[in-house]
Amino acid sequence: MQTHLADFIKDTPAGREADAILRSCVHCGFCNATCPTFQLLGDELDGPRGRIYLIKEMLEGQPVTARTQLHLDRCLTCRACESTCPSGVNYHRLYEIGRAVMEQRVPRSLAARATRLLLREALPRRWMFKPAVRLGQLLRPLLPGVLADKVPRPAGARIGGGPQPAAHPRRMVALAGCVQPTLAPNTNAATARVLDRLGIELVEVAGAACCGALRYHLDAREQALDDMRRVIDAWWPELESGRVEGFVMTASGCGGHVREYAALLKHDPAYADKAARIAAMTRDASEVLAAEQPRLLELLRAARAGVGERVAFHSPCTLQHAQKIRGVVEALLTAAGYPLSPVADAHLCCGSAGTYSLTQPVLARQLRDHKLAALHAGSPDLLATANVGCQMHLQSGSTLPVRHWIELIDERLRAAS
Amino acid sequence: MSMPTTAERPFTVDRSLLIRRLREVLPAQALLFEEEDLRPYDCDGLTAFRQLPLLVALPEDEVQVQAILRICHELRAPVVARGAATGLSGGATPHPDGVLVALAKLKKIIRVDPVSRTAVVQPGVRNLAVSEAAAPYGLYYAPDPSSQIACTIGGNVAENSGGVHCLKYGLTVHNVLRVRGLSIEGEIVEFGNAALDAPGYDLLALINGSEGLLALITEVTVKLTPKPELAQVVVASFADVRRAGDAVASIIAAGIIPAGLEMMDRRAILAVEPYANAGYDMDAEALLLCESDGTPEEVAEEIGRMTTVLEKSGAAGIRVSQNEAERLRFWAGRKAAFPAVGRLTPDYLCMDGTIPRKHLADMLEAIATLSGKYALRCANVFHAGDGNLHPLIMYDANQPGELERATAFGAEILELSIHFGGTITGEHGVGIEKIDLMAEQFTLAEIGAFHRLKAAFDEHGLLNPGKGVPTLARCREYTLARVGGEQNPTNPMNAPRR
Ligand SMILES: Cc1cc2nc3c(=O)[nH]c(=O)nc-3n(C[C@H](O)[C@H](O)[C@H](O)COP(=O)(O)OP(=O)(O)OC[C@H]3O[C@@H](n4cnc5c(N)ncnc54)[C@H](O)[C@@H]3O)c2cc1C
Ligand code: SF4
Ligand code: SF4
Repeated sequence: MQTHLADFIKDTPAGREADAILRSCVHCGFCNATCPTFQLLGDELDGPRGRIYLIKEMLEGQPVTARTQLHLDRCLTCRACESTCPSGVNYHRLYEIGRAVMEQRVPRSLAARATRLLLREALPRRWMFKPAVRLGQLLRPLLPGVLADKVPRPAGARIGGGPQPAAHPRRMVALAGCVQPTLAPNTNAATARVLDRLGIELVEVAGAACCGALRYHLDAREQALDDMRRVIDAWWPELESGRVEGFVMTASGCGGHVREYAALLKHDPAYADKAARIAAMTRDASEVLAAEQPRLLELLRAARAGVGERVAFHSPCTLQHAQKIRGVVEALLTAAGYPLSPVADAHLCCGSAGTYSLTQPVLARQLRDHKLAALHAGSPDLLATANVGCQMHLQSGSTLPVRHWIELIDERLRAAS
Repeated sequence: MSMPTTAERPFTVDRSLLIRRLREVLPAQALLFEEEDLRPYDCDGLTAFRQLPLLVALPEDEVQVQAILRICHELRAPVVARGAATGLSGGATPHPDGVLVALAKLKKIIRVDPVSRTAVVQPGVRNLAVSEAAAPYGLYYAPDPSSQIACTIGGNVAENSGGVHCLKYGLTVHNVLRVRGLSIEGEIVEFGNAALDAPGYDLLALINGSEGLLALITEVTVKLTPKPELAQVVVASFADVRRAGDAVASIIAAGIIPAGLEMMDRRAILAVEPYANAGYDMDAEALLLCESDGTPEEVAEEIGRMTTVLEKSGAAGIRVSQNEAERLRFWAGRKAAFPAVGRLTPDYLCMDGTIPRKHLADMLEAIATLSGKYALRCANVFHAGDGNLHPLIMYDANQPGELERATAFGAEILELSIHFGGTITGEHGVGIEKIDLMAEQFTLAEIGAFHRLKAAFDEHGLLNPGKGVPTLARCREYTLARVGGEQNPTNPMNAPRR
């Protein structure tokens, strides 16, 4: 696509990156077909091709107003468009660059600013967040994807109550997460148990809790980068010690973001290398298990747990589109004896998308209800997913239990012992 | 932007009156008129042409479409229909004085009838969505443009689109039974009939390929086809394109009608593989994809015959899809070929000439020569089975002069198509892109007949003006310019851009 970026950005690193991305879009429109908001709204301005165009116009110096803001705000950053795009357009980077410019150009109303401030200041702080959770339904929909706060744990602590699993020569580090310990404490515990059976010790490191995604997506970039640096600082000694094989992510929202560290910190000389190494050693829990498949299958066979409940799996966008991990969890669940019920339009976002459910409640709810209809269609006994955000969002609309898939694997293995 | 010259813009539309009237019949969010909102609507899949519309309307049902048309007709404002805007000939390029009516919200599948094997759908339904809805009944909608994930049935009918399976199953026109539309006056017009034949003139063929010039399509009844028991595709690689071109002719000469017969050259293969991971032979100069479908026995027999012909034609390697997933992967690469070429170049022009199959190899060589002449790369993707060529001329719109060179390159390819006894468009339509070349293809008398037909539907020429059929004046200018050997001054592509 032809571009004429304006002087204010043309010769900056962001400008050059945006220009290259814009030029890789050939305007074929394939991406609109899989965009959740285009499907709901049917307006070019609410699809990726139109958003790319809106960003292009803004970077070319055209006046921007709340109109452009509305359509960019409606984007879930689910990245389904990237999965669909044959031309390899790096939409999310363009979107980030575009948002940064937009935040400078288009003022938000006082109420909108207050909401966003509340979200990014209150949620990452456990002392404010915990009572808020107790307050219940009001804040519930916005917990998804919010992965912040520091969970005070002793350095290199083992995870999960009960008897201490044996120390193993193999060791991996998990991200504590902030909302997950409160809302889904069993996820990391189950992961630790499963890895223990596979001969891998899983630990958490104090200080590494908030991956920075929350603030990043609420346009608090500098604060977000600090969050990221804190995680790196906390993990770096573990990495240097040479004792850890990798960093295991049990929330795909976190995983997707940590994997972006290399790109996000590449202009920070003090952190660029460290960020790149950590990003390269980051794995989703499903990848870790898939790599241990022979041993896992042996354990599962030995467990003889019979046929499990019928599961409908929702693959989070951060798993399938951002990390491009597709079919791996499904294969693990099948291997563990859980029949999978078919799910139509599995590429679509559930509407959780970080704080989207609070900032765009109407669309988020429609997306959730469509997703639940698709998940329920095959009459499953329970729903499973791979991100605490999606888990809570879906649970808010379903009477079926919504679990993290690793809990299901854990249960199978525990059936044996 | 340059598009219609003043001579072709006899419209004097009172914008604020039009907005006021349309607001009375449309919800607020269904009418866009601020420039910021209009920009992203300024082109379709042919990005070389960009034009801001006066307004964009986003109707939600037929009643709203009708109301829009009545108002536009009364105020003499042009109307351009838009489906998914995947069109490659600028059919949905807006008109500066007109309303762009985007039909994406009309996306209901009204019914699927497995007994009569038909589906009734609104115009904004995506091509692939029809097949998905029919799948539970073992049926599908046969025409499958490579853009099928996104393009709409309304756009398919308006362009009479084809696809990789059209060699055996026909174009859109062969798979549509009835089309309901609205005339520019807002009157309901029906084309065709749920039965296979109907009394009177066959107007159904007329609306297929009408490029939004005759009516706005609001409902389409399509024919559904039973899914074959089995389909397999052979992927043959060739060390040179001439052999691949000749192999296509040999397959058809052997009396085989493949379910699909497609060709990609080296550049296209290199662009596509990183996206599709299809496992294509990266050393090949050309690939042929040749599909067989039917009962397992028929398929086995036909694949055997295809393989023999391909081997005799000098195929360097042959692979047959071993399961459905692999077959789909082989096709996914081909279907993503155009946008995948976006990995190699910021911009491309996708040509659409059709030639007799026996000239494929000559044409490929001629294109290679032209590529040198214009110093522009070209990737070739063909519906080889029906001789429909899609050379993708790569250019960089940011480099002065490249678009003009690309355009001239494209025009030479299309002239060659006519020279080889073919046509300037196989399936993408004339739109705005090939409007001048109509004068190359048709006589003035023929063009005059097209105008009379158009006037019978749309007396004031409000539906998609400046597209599909050139004015007689424009034809004369074009012919004069050609005789004079210069570039045609009225061709919008030759004029300075914004
Ligand atoms: C990557 C790519 C691959 C492609 N592959 C193929 C292919 O294999 N075969 C093929 O034939 N084409 C192909 N095309 C071209 C294009 O997809 C088709 O022409 C398609 O039918 C256009 O549909 P659309 O919904 O996008 O229509 P648009 O582009 O929006 O419109 C096309 C024309 O139809 C008119 N129109 C649209 N809707 C209506 C309506 N409801 N009533 C009246 N007029 C209407 C418009 O005014 C315009 O003239 C491809 C395009 C791309 C980008
Ligand atoms: S699919 Fe890719 S190339 Fe096509 S319009 Fe979307 S972003 Fe652009
Ligand atoms: S990220 Fe998701 S919501 Fe945003 S444009 Fe892409 S597909 Fe649409």
